[in-house]
Amino acid sequence: MTALLRLDDIHAGYGSFAALFGISLEVEAGEAVAVMGPNGAGKTTLLRVISGMLKPSSGTVALDGRALQNLPAHRILAAGIAHVPENRRLFPRLTVADNLRMGAFLPESRRHFAERLQWVYELFPRLKERASQLAGTMSGGEQQMCAIGRALMSKPRILLMDEPSAGLAPLVVEQVFDLVRRIRAEGFTVLIVEQNVRQVLEVVDRAYLLETGRIKLAGSAVSLKDNDFIRSAYFGI
Amino acid sequence: MTEGQINAWRIPALVAFALLLAAPFFLSNYYQHMAVQIVIWSVVYTAWSLMGRFRLTSLGHGAFLGVGAYVPTLLWNNFGVTPWLGIPAGMALAVLLAMVVGYPCFRMKVVGHYFALVTLALGQVVLLVIVASREVTGGSLGMTPKASEHAWYALQLEDKREFYAVVLVAWLLTLAVWRAVDRGLGRAALEALAENEEAAASIGIDVLREKLRITALSAGLTALGGALYAQYLLYLNPEAMSGVGISLQIVFASIAGGMYSMLGPTVGAAFTILLTESLRVEFGTHFIGAANTIYGALLVVFIIFMPRGIVGLASELLRRKPPATPAALPAE
Amino acid sequence: MDIYLVEAIVNGLLLGGVLALLSLGLNLIFGVIDVVWIVYAELVMSAMYVVYWLHNYYAWPLLAACAAAIVFAALLGVLVHLLVIEPVLRSAPINQLLATGGALFFLQSLATLLFGTDFRNLGIRLPIIEFYGIFISFSRLIAFGVALISAVVLYFFLAKTYLGTAIRAISQDREIMGLMGVSERRIYLTTSAIGGGLAGLAACLLVLQYDVHPFIGLTFGPITFMVCVLGGLGNMIGGFIAAFIMSQIIAVGGYYMPIEMAEVLAFVFFIVLILIRPQGIMGK
Repeated sequence: MTALLRLDDIHAGYGSFAALFGISLEVEAGEAVAVMGPNGAGKTTLLRVISGMLKPSSGTVALDGRALQNLPAHRILAAGIAHVPENRRLFPRLTVADNLRMGAFLPESRRHFAERLQWVYELFPRLKERASQLAGTMSGGEQQMCAIGRALMSKPRILLMDEPSAGLAPLVVEQVFDLVRRIRAEGFTVLIVEQNVRQVLEVVDRAYLLETGRIKLAGSAVSLKDNDFIRSAYFGI
Repeated sequence: MTEGQINAWRIPALVAFALLLAAPFFLSNYYQHMAVQIVIWSVVYTAWSLMGRFRLTSLGHGAFLGVGAYVPTLLWNNFGVTPWLGIPAGMALAVLLAMVVGYPCFRMKVVGHYFALVTLALGQVVLLVIVASREVTGGSLGMTPKASEHAWYALQLEDKREFYAVVLVAWLLTLAVWRAVDRGLGRAALEALAENEEAAASIGIDVLREKLRITALSAGLTALGGALYAQYLLYLNPEAMSGVGISLQIVFASIAGGMYSMLGPTVGAAFTILLTESLRVEFGTHFIGAANTIYGALLVVFIIFMPRGIVGLASELLRRKPPATPAALPAE
Repeated sequence: MDIYLVEAIVNGLLLGGVLALLSLGLNLIFGVIDVVWIVYAELVMSAMYVVYWLHNYYAWPLLAACAAAIVFAALLGVLVHLLVIEPVLRSAPINQLLATGGALFFLQSLATLLFGTDFRNLGIRLPIIEFYGIFISFSRLIAFGVALISAVVLYFFLAKTYLGTAIRAISQDREIMGLMGVSERRIYLTTSAIGGGLAGLAACLLVLQYDVHPFIGLTFGPITFMVCVLGGLGNMIGGFIAAFIMSQIIAVGGYYMPIEMAEVLAFVFFIVLILIRPQGIMGK
């Protein structure tokens, strides 16, 4: 079965600083996969390579078998990969509604704008309440919802999420992971990058462990939860 | 070429250069006319580059040019003051103007393109003042210094060779100032400052004083150039002396020649004047504006591909070093 | 109050309208692309020549000539971006300023080359209207009206359309525009076209009132910059306000002193204000 998203031997970095060394991974349609690891492991770099913000020095990124790694970011969105960036990255002086509108910039999304907006508001009732509020004035959790909603406006085939729990209070983190479950339930394929190993393993099917630019472990969420290394290094057991 | 080979060429090059400088004394009126203009504008462009090389890019040097030109002429026409006194007076006024605007600018840390726009406004102000005072200055119609038989007293020299000698002195003075700045402690301070003002201030460099000093020198010498130009042409006009056009021309010629080396601006002056002249000879008055059209296009090209100017490119080629990525005006 | 003073104030308002239109285009470009187009007034000058030439030499109806000029100016805007701005997009702002300065030089001289330095007049005399003892030129009134309408249209474009929203967004977070499916380059080119088009529109209004010559850009170019910087570079509302402040200084000043001195006053006002508040009235 060909994977929906497949990375083969990706090497990438910034100038002379190499961040990723031969990364290969797969995401099947309908799956939720996590890439976990500590700070500086290269998780954000990985997502940037997939979404086209960064060009890899070698290797391929394929969606449905079609190589994307040399396309500019806006074409990759058109191909169906939406990226919720680290730190949300909303447009602070645009309203919630305008931010969502930006997510629907592609012609195909514009055609279905009204129904998609409706659907996103159903998923996130708080956003509907705050539709005319400037995005930069909202709380961290609300911003996260808005950022995810914005990415969903293009009804992507794969949703990339960069550390959705970062900088949020524990209660809000719960809500965010709940959200991920609901998005999954709607049938979306999700690739999440997270430092919060314990909680993300509750939400995904499979996971990879990324440390200093290399995949150290891979497996189903269930098996990784019982893995000794994971337990000692990340659960403190 | 190796360092040794370049040094071997030094003496012959100096001799050739001295011959070049002396040549106009022996050639026809026409060449003398060219030579005088090249030297006068070399003074102006070198003066501008004193500021330009340290990232104080002024788009309003026409202000100092205009002040330097009009003050001595006004003093001569209305009070009979000899230009030998009038020109220093004009230079002093230009320096004063530079300080009055420069001090608050530098104090308030107005830099980069904001500084450039303020200087643009300054150039406009001087132009407008000259035009507005049309009773005294003749406004847009221009003015001429009153004729006098006492050639040297009035600095109205018929013999171009004599004028050439005068402007050569001014040019050498300007180059001496450049050298002094280049060799002095001030240069290191100014370069540090151009790189990063905060850092420079933190190691004790008096940012304000250094900037004011170089601005004063630049303004004064530009005014000298303007005065000499007026005395040579014996005609002053606000547009030709202080408009945006002339200010941009100064910038262009300095950058084209190369504002980081002592003789770069002089090369720029030679380049632009000779180009204009050959176009005039070639096309006569049919193609007024052709030269400037080319300059405009060239300025764009130079900024994109050769920010260090002709001299910069030449010295890179001589040294066979890989050219620095357009870092003449490095990205902030 | 002296009727002439009132007249001066009203004319100042009308002048402010056109100045505001000019500043809109410049601010739009700066806000989106982050470059100062020193050559902006020369786009206006070029478009003025287009109107003049088409109307006076090829006998095009005035409105058609104006439409052509607007299209021409929009294309010129795109060309400036492609040839002059794009190569120096990542360089220091002063380099960008100088590059557009070269373009200014180029266009002025090209116009001199093509058309000579003579002053050309469209030859259209619009009436002077009298309104309670004040004399207002009709062309000024039209200019003011069109400028206001354009500002409103621009506002709705920016607020309600996808492209307009993207234009507002790009100055807030340039890096993620690609993630929204927006090609940065397309936005820049579109903005340059709109900015150019606005210059073309301003040209149509100005050609009714002023003679065309290659250096006419110098009469309102520097003032337009001052207005934009005064209002806060990139801030369209600030530019609007600053336009009316500056034009009032000039108009009312012109009542009390020679017009050049009034302009000097305006420039000195600018210099002083920038020294006190370098980011402009509404700058951050």
